[in-house]
Amino acid sequence: MGQRIQLEVVTPAGAIVNSDVDIVNAPGQGGDFGIMANHEPFLSTLKTGIMVYEIDNKRTPLMITGGFCEVSGGKVTFLLENAEFGSDIDVERAMRAKERAERRLAQAAQHDETVNKFRAESALQRALARIRTVGM
Amino acid sequence: MPSLKEVKLKIVGVKKTAQITKAMNMVAAAKLRGAQEKMEAFRPYAAKFAETMQAVSSGMTSQFPLMEQRAAQKVELVVFTSDRGLCGSFNSNILKRVAQVAKECAAAGQQVSYVCVGKKAEQALKKTGAVRTAYSGIMGHFSMYDARDIAQDVANHFLSGAVDRVELIYSRFQSIVQQTPTVAPLLPIQPIEDAPKVSGEYLCEPSAEAVVETLQPLYLNVQVYHAMLEVSTCENAARMSAMDNATSACKDIVNNLTILYNKARQAAVTNELMDIVGGAEALR
Repeated sequence: MGQRIQLEVVTPAGAIVNSDVDIVNAPGQGGDFGIMANHEPFLSTLKTGIMVYEIDNKRTPLMITGGFCEVSGGKVTFLLENAEFGSDIDVERAMRAKERAERRLAQAAQHDETVNKFRAESALQRALARIRTVGM
Repeated sequence: MPSLKEVKLKIVGVKKTAQITKAMNMVAAAKLRGAQEKMEAFRPYAAKFAETMQAVSSGMTSQFPLMEQRAAQKVELVVFTSDRGLCGSFNSNILKRVAQVAKECAAAGQQVSYVCVGKKAEQALKKTGAVRTAYSGIMGHFSMYDARDIAQDVANHFLSGAVDRVELIYSRFQSIVQQTPTVAPLLPIQPIEDAPKVSGEYLCEPSAEAVVETLQPLYLNVQVYHAMLEVSTCENAARMSAMDNATSACKDIVNNLTILYNKARQAAVTNELMDIVGGAEALR
């Protein structure tokens, strides 16, 4: 077994993960990245998507929105506005959200001024990430 | 002297009021615990955020749109109050502070607009005609998403140049019995001065500037969310002590009324006796 790195995931509702992991993968704004032990100090903002951490070949996915990742002093910290485990996700709700967002985007494509395209797009991103997290 | 029945009904009524205030006191106590837990959970996030923010922006000289200092001609006040009343002078203390700040701004020739968070703020400030947006009915159950909506709205307004300065007015939780209305600057974001230099430069992705640019709006969310947490904690603390006072006031009233009731009863008994004695006297 190789070296491990301490992973901490903190949200406004409290720390939800605090354990030593083999590797953690996350969707950075500048592309996906993976972090293992002895990574140099690093800071990246994150996209809405899925981060995955691995302990003894056991992969745990987490759906994440809005935040950043920081590596320093042998520790990696994710500061996120929201993070959800697959088991906490309501798939049907996510499906409904996806349909709603798609409908809104279709409306926006027809120059409907009442639709906030940016919000609809981020809602769609979130819904898709949730659905994928559950499927992992 | 009021009639026996009147006093009796009054006693029953006041006792019922005491029951309700007592229940509200207990509900507020439970909610206060919840709010405090929420605040406790938020603390590590806020602390870490501030730390990183300092670390990346220390020694950074570039200008960001959210930090642009302009001569303040238009000031926006984001006012946080509760949605519901019955919490003593809690909301009126905040609104008093708002009036004071608005007066200072007016004296300096600045135009004031309001963003109201919480129903009470909207109700009170509506008559000024300067309310830009109001978020009502969210203080009972709010999340980071609500904070983000508010922060984004305010930031966009600032970026569009419609306002030059944004301030938050909310109540800070000191203790159960003490909540202080506070004014905190939100925008432009104050540059962090003499931040401790962090050992080991970060490798930033995509770039240090891009990171700061993404972090800044999140930083606003953190501040707005923090203000909302403080207000909801204060609200419940204030309601708790207000309801406690009300309950003990009810008890005092019941005591006084009971004395009155006893006196009235005694007077009735005395009157009856006098009638009987008077009747017997007349028959002799």
